[in-house]
Amino acid sequence: MLLKHTPKEITERKALTINPAKTCQPIGAMYASLGIKGCLPHSHGSQGCCAYHRSTLTRHYKEPISAATSSFTEGASVFGGQANLLQAIDNIFNVYEPQGIAVHTTCLSETIGDDLPQIFDKAKKENKVPEGKFLLGAPTPSYVGSHVTGFANMVKAMAALAKRSQRRNGKVNILPGWVEPADMAEIKRIASLIGTPITMYPDTSGVLNGPLTGDYAMFPDAGADINDIIASGDGIGTLALGEWCSADGARLLDTQCKVPCSVLDIPFGLQATDRFVDALRKVGGVAVPEELMIERGRLVDMISDMHQYFFGKKVALVGDPDHLIAMTEFLSGLDMHPVHVVTGTPGKKFEKRIRAIAEAAGFEVNVKAKGDMFLFHQLIKNEPVDLIIGNTYCKYIARDEDTPLVRWGFPILDRQGHQHFPTVGYMGGLRILEKILEALLDRKDRDDSEIEFELVL
Amino acid sequence: MGKAIKTTPTDPAVIKEALLEKYPPKVARKRAKQILINEAMENTTPEITANVRTIPGIITMRGCTYAGCKGVILGPTSDIVNLVHGPVGCSFYAWLTRRNQTDASGERGENFMTYAMTTDMQDSDIIFGGEKKLEKAIQEAYDLFHPKAIAVFATCPVGLIGDDIHAVAKKMKEKFGDCNVFAFSCEGYKGVSQSAGHHIANNQVFRHVVGTGEKERDEPFKINLLGEYNIGGDGFEIDRILEKCGITNIATFSGNSTYEQFATANQADLSCVMCHRSINYVADMLETKYGIPWIKVNFIGAHATAKSLRKIGDYFDDAALKERIEAVISEELPEVERVRKQISPRTEGKTAMLFVGGSRAHHYQELFAELGMRTISAGYEFAHRDDYEGREVLGSLKVDADSRNIEEIEVSADPKQFKPRKTAEEMAELIRRGLEFKEYDGMIKDMEQGSIVIDDLNQFEAEKLVEMLKPDLFCAGIKEKYSIQKLGVPMKQLHSYDSGGPYAGFKGAVNFYHEIDRLVNSRVWGYLKAPWQDEPELRATYVWE
Repeated sequence: MLLKHTPKEITERKALTINPAKTCQPIGAMYASLGIKGCLPHSHGSQGCCAYHRSTLTRHYKEPISAATSSFTEGASVFGGQANLLQAIDNIFNVYEPQGIAVHTTCLSETIGDDLPQIFDKAKKENKVPEGKFLLGAPTPSYVGSHVTGFANMVKAMAALAKRSQRRNGKVNILPGWVEPADMAEIKRIASLIGTPITMYPDTSGVLNGPLTGDYAMFPDAGADINDIIASGDGIGTLALGEWCSADGARLLDTQCKVPCSVLDIPFGLQATDRFVDALRKVGGVAVPEELMIERGRLVDMISDMHQYFFGKKVALVGDPDHLIAMTEFLSGLDMHPVHVVTGTPGKKFEKRIRAIAEAAGFEVNVKAKGDMFLFHQLIKNEPVDLIIGNTYCKYIARDEDTPLVRWGFPILDRQGHQHFPTVGYMGGLRILEKILEALLDRKDRDDSEIEFELVL
Repeated sequence: MGKAIKTTPTDPAVIKEALLEKYPPKVARKRAKQILINEAMENTTPEITANVRTIPGIITMRGCTYAGCKGVILGPTSDIVNLVHGPVGCSFYAWLTRRNQTDASGERGENFMTYAMTTDMQDSDIIFGGEKKLEKAIQEAYDLFHPKAIAVFATCPVGLIGDDIHAVAKKMKEKFGDCNVFAFSCEGYKGVSQSAGHHIANNQVFRHVVGTGEKERDEPFKINLLGEYNIGGDGFEIDRILEKCGITNIATFSGNSTYEQFATANQADLSCVMCHRSINYVADMLETKYGIPWIKVNFIGAHATAKSLRKIGDYFDDAALKERIEAVISEELPEVERVRKQISPRTEGKTAMLFVGGSRAHHYQELFAELGMRTISAGYEFAHRDDYEGREVLGSLKVDADSRNIEEIEVSADPKQFKPRKTAEEMAELIRRGLEFKEYDGMIKDMEQGSIVIDDLNQFEAEKLVEMLKPDLFCAGIKEKYSIQKLGVPMKQLHSYDSGGPYAGFKGAVNFYHEIDRLVNSRVWGYLKAPWQDEPELRATYVWE
């Protein structure tokens, strides 16, 4: 047993977090920054954070993750990191020549109170920022929220760049939330099928699923263009996918540039995708194309074909709030019962949403925001499930409890290729269902007696 | 390893120039001192600048003090509860991400390595202080797990807000009575790299654990294996060989280790240092306080392994032991040789570059040499000058402002437990016979003339080196892996071994030969260009023939 010290009995913990179901803000900001074309993320703190965040993202994507750091020393930690950041900006533009730099902070620079806008001003005054290059920054204190909060804060910093001119540009802004590069591509594909012009940011498609050609470009020709981000202030509306990931950015666009916004769930599964497509159709004033209707029909067909294996199955879910909400709804719609739903990210609304979904579907749910995977495991020990859906760390629980696991969410460190296949949209829904059924039937094939073992399932 | 003069494909001076030309003048001046063209002669080694602060914005490979302390030294120990006092990230990122294997089956029982524990500090803890929460978290960990020890690690904000983690640890230790609680002030901003964390970890483990063990170790030929972290099972392979030779490894620092091993390390008769950088402090302190001499060993490479075993045999100077060691070597080497002969024609003459933490960039050169591969450039992330140039420079090292606050602890001979393992005459005789104590010659002397040694290599320099020198293999870590491979050059991780291993000892050498063969001869590197990209541009309309 790899988690043999985890007791079944749940005792209250007030101070100790064990096996967190979240990580800290800056990694989310780093991921978001990689979704801007030509942008180098920069971590304003001591260099360990940056090394850890790059490593984790690299292990997840099996792709290079470039990011710089202010490399605080003890002196800077006491007297402020302004000199470090100014030097860094100068070095980065000289050596790596990005189009711009997106700075996020850590618990170190936030605790000492470094003021990013003031340092940016100084950098510009000292001509450390070449003509036409951009700087943006987001405070991302690690002691508030989670990696999801950090992502949201960087998205908000992007939205803060938006400017409003005299004319609307006829485009819908989409803030896609923390999804994989292939998901971002899928969201763009869906929008283009519907025919509603969009501006999407961040956009990591083409950045974190690049080809192997013998050439390496630190800044591939992909990602959201900074000018499009600035022009998002002229959008006709914003669809924010995911309350935790995207709502703050969208609301800022609304208050700052009077771009009306609507907060939707990230389109994982049938229901959330339906709402997303419906919203795009309405803002664009167009009809949903036949092609998309066929994709939807395929997903419904698959649900019908697979239903006998899904009906009444208990599932335990752990991950990020926006993901879990859509997934809980999707699974409930398959007549599965997500009986344990845990996120490490704080937020009262989360528990309320999950409870509402469970209640509508008619099953009891243990839901916890700001929970951890130690608690998650204990819940499973008390009420075993047929399937676990979560990130790679779940494999320890899955092994100990001999429960099938579907890897989904962040980070996935022990499987490859996931960034190439979307799990959003109807097409992504097909993939989620395929993975779930594969896991359930592999287990059935393993467990069935020789007499029960069957060719056709 | 060859000291013969061989020429690199391009003039090293030209390469150095090219690495520096894009930098702003101040940066270029600084980097120039950390990039060295090897001209080591019999008695002189050129001087490199190392263990200095990182240049902001340069895209370093380095991590922090916390990583060096918690991640590297204490992480691999299975029965100590490691509690990280800080916001959630530091604990999360060090959660099972280094491949320190552990065998907690059987009597050993406890294994906390699969748990990441943190106080998950919130903004209120930053504002009002986190001592109360830490105290409560220690209590909760104790109530849940009843471990024999709890180690507390500070992260960046802890030092800034002034939480006294040592006072909290002391209080809880006294309260529990049966659980040793101690703390590490390993805030990420201390020092300039992981290195400071090693030092802090060495100090505290020595101060709070070493020598407290009850168990009497009375086995023959007792050694400590210092600075071996059992990545991919390296330590298991070394232990297998030692056991076969009849040598007892009573404490590994710290792969597959236990609290008890640390606690009884003072009972060994010899310390064998693998990773000099991370653990030389403990080696020195064990000698000063308890009288245990130390030697440098290297179990990376079959011949290096044989050499290291013979060194241990020479030290104990026991005929039966020496005989067993020779028997083991002659039993193990033929298989290694068989595989080496089969593979080396496929690797002979190929070139490698190694940029790894603080020790492997040197050790692995022996393995590449066994395959007939040349190391044309190497460097460390965070080693000090003694790791590059040898310990003879120790006297001339100056501690700079960035590392001045790393504690140096005063250790003196223990009035009760100090016991010279050899008489002065015996030591003198061993030295006369060629055994070197407390000695490490560093990496540079073992490298070719004209090879390029680079400290704290960054992303820009890595790409430039690969572009100019076109090595057949590049070795570094996960952050470097994929950018190098995008350039069409195979990349071997020498931190995580790309999930492979062990690479130490005899079986490890065989594994490594196969792995290097796989990498440098993989077909994938032939697929980078599509067939149509090889042909000249079509000018006329293509006619179907």
